[in-house]
Amino acid sequence: MSADVVPGVVAVVLVSLATLAIGTWGLRISRTTSDFLVASRTVRPRLNASAIGGEYLSAASFLGVAGLLLTFGAEMLWYPVGWTAGYLVLLVLVAAPLRRSGAYTLPDFAEARLGSRGVRKLCSVLVVMIGWLYLLPQFQGAGVTLRATIDAPPWVGSLVVAVVVLASVSPGGMRSITFVQAFQYWLKLTALLIPVCVLLAIWVSDGAADPVATAPRSWSIPLADPGGGIGLYTTYSLIVATFLGTMGLPHVVVRFYTNPDGRAARRTTLAVLGLLGIFYVIPPVYGALGRIYAPALADGRSDVLVLELPSLMVGGPLGATLTGLVTAGAFAAFLSTSSGLTIAVAGVLSQDVTGRRWGSHRLGGVAAFRVAAVIAVVVPLLMSVPAQDVAVARTVGLAFAVTASTFAPLLMLGIWWRGLTPAGAVAGLLVGGLGSGVAVAWTLATSSSSGWAAALLSQPAAWSVPASLLTMVVVSRLTRASVPAHAGRFMVRLHTPEAVELERG
Amino acid sequence: MSEQPPPRVRVTGPPRRRADVVRSPGTREIDAETALGEVFMRSLLREQLLLAVRVLVALTLTLGLLPLVFHLWPGLGEVEVGPLPLAWLLLGVLTYPWLVLLGWAYVRRAEGHERDFADLVGSADEEPG
Repeated sequence: MSADVVPGVVAVVLVSLATLAIGTWGLRISRTTSDFLVASRTVRPRLNASAIGGEYLSAASFLGVAGLLLTFGAEMLWYPVGWTAGYLVLLVLVAAPLRRSGAYTLPDFAEARLGSRGVRKLCSVLVVMIGWLYLLPQFQGAGVTLRATIDAPPWVGSLVVAVVVLASVSPGGMRSITFVQAFQYWLKLTALLIPVCVLLAIWVSDGAADPVATAPRSWSIPLADPGGGIGLYTTYSLIVATFLGTMGLPHVVVRFYTNPDGRAARRTTLAVLGLLGIFYVIPPVYGALGRIYAPALADGRSDVLVLELPSLMVGGPLGATLTGLVTAGAFAAFLSTSSGLTIAVAGVLSQDVTGRRWGSHRLGGVAAFRVAAVIAVVVPLLMSVPAQDVAVARTVGLAFAVTASTFAPLLMLGIWWRGLTPAGAVAGLLVGGLGSGVAVAWTLATSSSSGWAAALLSQPAAWSVPASLLTMVVVSRLTRASVPAHAGRFMVRLHTPEAVELERG
Repeated sequence: MSEQPPPRVRVTGPPRRRADVVRSPGTREIDAETALGEVFMRSLLREQLLLAVRVLVALTLTLGLLPLVFHLWPGLGEVEVGPLPLAWLLLGVLTYPWLVLLGWAYVRRAEGHERDFADLVGSADEEPG
C-alpha cells in the first residue's frame, strides 16, 4: 500500500503548493478592495474564460460524469451537455445585460433593478443556501478522492480542500484567484487528456473491444430510467434544470462583473462554451473504457472510475504517473470550484452580514470579507462530515434545479420585462425556492424509490421553473402600480452598448 | 496594522463626461424618455430578444427534441456509427461544436444590432476597436 499512495500524495501536495504560489503571486498585484472583489473589472476575455472554465468544472464534471456514464450510460450525457448548453442560454439571455447592470452579486442586481431591500435580503439568503448546497459535494468528492488514492479517512480530503481554499482566497481575493482558476482549467484538461490518450492507445492495441457489447440495452438510449413517460419527464426536467440553472449560479455570476464591458462579457461566454466543449468530450471516453476494463466499479463506486482506471489498465511507473496526474486534476477541480463558491458566498455575507455594524464595532471591507470567507467554508465542511454518500454529480444537479427555479426567472424577467415588481419577484422566488428546496431536501433525506411522485420530487425543475415564472408574472401584473419608477432608465443601462453616451441612472 | 487607519479622504478627478460635448439628438431623446426615445429603446430590445429567442428555438428543435425522438423510435438506440452508438456520438461529440456555432452566430448578430443602434441614435464616441 505504501508505494501506491506516493503518486496521490505527490499530486495533492503539488497542486496545493501551485495554487498557493499563484495565489501569492496574484496577491502582489491585488491592492485595492476593487481588485479584491472584482479584479478591478479588467480581466481580458481569454483569461477570464479560462478562469470561468476552471471554476465551473467541478468535482461533478471531473469525477462524477464519467462514473455516472459508466453506470447508467447515455442518459447521463445530458449532464455535461446541459452544463455546456447552460452557457449558451446564459450568453443569449443575460451575459451582456448582467455585466452592464454594474452590480457585483445577484442580490446587488436584484436591489438595483427592483429598488427593494426585501428582495435583496431574500436573494442573499438564497445565494448562501445554494452556495452551501454546491460546496457540500465538492468537499465530499475531495474525501472520496483521498480515500481512493491514499486511503485517508474521508474528512481529511475535505479538510485539506477547505484549508487550501481559505489560504488562497483570503489574502488575494478575486484578482489572484483569477490566475489560480485559469491555471486550474488547463491543469484539469491536461490531467484528463494525457491519460486518455495513453488509455485509448492501449484499448486499440488490445483489439478495440466494443464497450456496448457488455452493457445493457438502455446504455445507448439517452433517456432516464425507467424509460416510458417517467423517463421522458425526468430527462426533460434535467434539461430544464441544467440549461437554465447555469445563469443563476452565484459563483458564475460574480465572474461576469470582472469583464471590462458587455461586449467582452459576451465574448468571454463564447470562449467558455468552446473550452467546456473541449473538456466534456473526454469524460465519456472514461465511461466507455470503464465498461470494458472496470465493469465492477459500476455498482456503487463509480465516482472513483477516473482515478482508478489508469492503474487498472496500465501497470508499473506509467500507471502510477497517470494516477498522480488524474488525482492532481481532481484536486484542482475541488479547489477551483470551492474557491469560486467561497468568494461568491463570502461576497454576499461580507456585504450583508459581517460588513455591518455589530454593536459599536465595524469591520473594514477586506477584513469583513475574510471573516465571511471563514464562515462560508466552515458551515458546509461541518455538513459534509455526517452527510452520506450521494453521487457527486447528482447533488450538484439538485443545486442546478434550485437556481433554475429561483434566480433564472428573476434574471430573465428582470432583464427583458419592464413590468417586474418587487412583490412579483419575492413571490416567484418563494414559490420556486420552496418548491425545489423541499424536493431537494426530500431527495437527499430518503433513499431511492420509484414512481411518478419520486420522479417529480427528484427532478423538480420541469414544474418548479414554470411555477416560479408564472408567479412572478401574475403577481407583478396584480401589483402593477409598484413597478419601479427607474425601470425604464435601468433597461437603457442594461441593453445599450457602452459606446453610446446615455444617462444610465 | 493595530493602529486606527487615517480617516478616508475622497479623491475626485475631473468629471469623465465633458459637459460641453454636443450630444446627438438620438441620445437626448432617450435620456429625456420621450416617445421617440422610447421607440429607439423598444426596437433595440425587441431585436435583441427576438435574436435570443431564435437561438433558443434552434437549440430546442435540435438538442431539445432528442429525448422525444429516442422515446418514439427506441430502435435508434441500436444504431451505431463506426464504434459509437448514435446517442453517444450526438450527445457526446457533435453537440459541442453545434453549441459553439450557435453562440458564435449570436455574438455576431448581437454586436451588429448594437452597432446599428449606435448609428441610429448617433454615437458620441468612436466604437472601441
